[in-house]
Amino acid sequence: MLHEPAAQAGEDFSAAYKTRLGVQMFIPYLLFYAGFVALSLASPQSMEAIVLLGMNLATVYGFALIVVALILALIYDGLCRAREARDKAASIADAAAGAAAETAATDKGEAN
Amino acid sequence: MAIILFVGFVAFVLWLSFYLGARTRTSNAYYAAGGQIHWGVNGIAFAGDYLSAASFLGICGMIATVGYDGFLYSIGYLAGWIVALFVVAEAMKRLGKYTFTDALDAKFDSRGIKLAAAISTLIISIFYLIPQMVGAGVLVEPLLGLAHHWGVLIVGAVVITIVATAGMTSTTYVQFIKGGLLIIFSTVLVISVLGRGFTTKPDQGGKVQYYEYASMPAEMSGGQLTVTEPGWDVVEIEEVGVTKTKIARFALLDNGGARTWWELEKKPTGLLLQETQSVIVTPDGQKTINGSPASDGNQLRQIGNVEILRGEKMAPSGRMTPFSFLAGMSDPNTTIRRWQNAKFTDESENAVTVYFPVLTTGNKFMRPGLKFKVEGSPIEKLDFISLMLALFCGTAALPHILIRYYTVPDPASARKSTIVAIAAIGFFYILTLFMGLGAMMNGVVPPADNNMAAPLLARSFTELLFAVISAIAFATILGTVSGLIVAASGAVAHDLADRYMGISMSDQTKVKVGKIAALVVGAFAIVLGIVFKGMNVSFLVGLAFAVAASANLPSIIMLLFWKKTTAKGITASIFTGIVSALVLIALSPDLFKQFGLDPTTAPIPFTNPGIISIPLSFTVLVVVSLMTQKKDEEDAEAEAA
Repeated sequence: MLHEPAAQAGEDFSAAYKTRLGVQMFIPYLLFYAGFVALSLASPQSMEAIVLLGMNLATVYGFALIVVALILALIYDGLCRAREARDKAASIADAAAGAAAETAATDKGEAN
Repeated sequence: MAIILFVGFVAFVLWLSFYLGARTRTSNAYYAAGGQIHWGVNGIAFAGDYLSAASFLGICGMIATVGYDGFLYSIGYLAGWIVALFVVAEAMKRLGKYTFTDALDAKFDSRGIKLAAAISTLIISIFYLIPQMVGAGVLVEPLLGLAHHWGVLIVGAVVITIVATAGMTSTTYVQFIKGGLLIIFSTVLVISVLGRGFTTKPDQGGKVQYYEYASMPAEMSGGQLTVTEPGWDVVEIEEVGVTKTKIARFALLDNGGARTWWELEKKPTGLLLQETQSVIVTPDGQKTINGSPASDGNQLRQIGNVEILRGEKMAPSGRMTPFSFLAGMSDPNTTIRRWQNAKFTDESENAVTVYFPVLTTGNKFMRPGLKFKVEGSPIEKLDFISLMLALFCGTAALPHILIRYYTVPDPASARKSTIVAIAAIGFFYILTLFMGLGAMMNGVVPPADNNMAAPLLARSFTELLFAVISAIAFATILGTVSGLIVAASGAVAHDLADRYMGISMSDQTKVKVGKIAALVVGAFAIVLGIVFKGMNVSFLVGLAFAVAASANLPSIIMLLFWKKTTAKGITASIFTGIVSALVLIALSPDLFKQFGLDPTTAPIPFTNPGIISIPLSFTVLVVVSLMTQKKDEEDAEAEAA
């Protein structure tokens, strides 16, 4: 039985980095979300406080949970793209260096 | 207009399906659209998949009736995408082929995992299908003037055709179109709401005269209630518990033969009778609404309005900014007229439902607490945590969302399409707050079924907007149901028949089996949609999230982050998650109430199972994995030999 993806993709050299980064960015958001739930339970009255442009804390915090999710997602994508480009360039350079070394070895063998 | 638009849209969707169906030859194309969908298209299709009837119809209706508590669903549903992006997206793409089962089983090739994951996918898909089909029935009644079951049948037939012709490719493009249109026209609706301005006497743009509910003083002497106003006689008085702590008193008054129920309130100035709306059904099935026989011309009046805005009885008209709108609603000097209902049997054995107004200040309406008792008992607080946990964890465990990761070419595309989805879905969820509050302020909420609040808000502007919004809402259901049926048919044909039972099938036979499975699941969904008529759409979707989060998420997370996870641990965890979540739901007060049982006798004191079933599923996975470390290695060695 096959397990391969529906479309074949090249090797992902940055997978470990992206997994680690994902967890590192997930934890602050989780705490931000948990803070919302905790505040709603511990001090629901404080959610009524007007904090920004006439809006109360509940509305501002709710919107912030949505907007911050998008901002974190964009930062994550930017960091992943940069790393993917760097790792891809490094792998191409490695492959080129390997090929050059192989060619040099072959040439040397032929010369001998 | 509505019918033309609706028929036109359905015809277009069917044409698209047949057109793309001609290009679907392999199982790869059928189940995963060949893995060649562009990430931008896939991202909007994610939004189309995700913004189901619950999001559009259910959340708007809930915000219109219980304020900010409805918006909690928007927050939780969106926050769940962070789990999908940071933890699940790329890993699922790297591991899987067609289905969520493939990803879980990639490391083990275990029959137990195949069976458990396929059953889990089927159960969650069916749980999620019920509210979509119920929503379809609700929508066609005002849109096409058809009975509920016709709506369910139409959706079922169209979706089976879509899925059975082209599978994931047509489903993706239907979702893309629908997701895009939903966001565009919801924005138009919100701009219309802000443009109309504040009103405390909503008249739907002059189409429906504002109805002033009457009140009149009453006196109690010698245990006998009398109405001060002449011509009114008190027939009977009923006391009904509307919440755990609140008992309401209703009086049946006779005025020249017309009988209506009034709420009896004790005010500092004395007793006051407050006009309500009522539906009375006699034992022989005769129905009266607000004292007159029910008919097309005599239905319950739409409800909701801002009674006082920032201390002013007459709200200033004119355009609002999004901020001034929310500020006005949140003001402690704003008073909102919400409605609750009470059901009881009167002295003549009639089944009575009374809809009565409750005044709530803006600061209370615009923070958590009206539906979810954040200031209640520890159990009620636990129920709130449980709901927020299930919403957060559920998204990344929904099978019809997970399969969309296989339609793109590579893990980076999976990530990018998730980010597009977060942007589109996040923007839409912000709009839900304006649409829900707009529906309440404009008095367009049907008292018996708030699911129609958003489409009826559109009708208060123009019939054209109503027709477009309704057609999109219908397409919303079509799209989500299509995605769910593809997921379910994949579970049957690919996971169960092919991989679990080991039935040898050619690529084309596999597609054929998938289409037959789609037909069967679709027919089953039609039956469920008719049987569960009247159930709350958001309530059911919330439960589907809890089942998904309990059954699937622990396995996904532990597989990715704990090296000692074993096949038996995953299998046990999935079955534990499904069974514990379903049992907790079945024994909860809300389900007791739904089936006419006394909710106080429910063995489980809370409604949302996630707080117990999710940790339980994690624990079982860890314990069973630790117990089967050696066993799994031996099994693997035996299989290798």
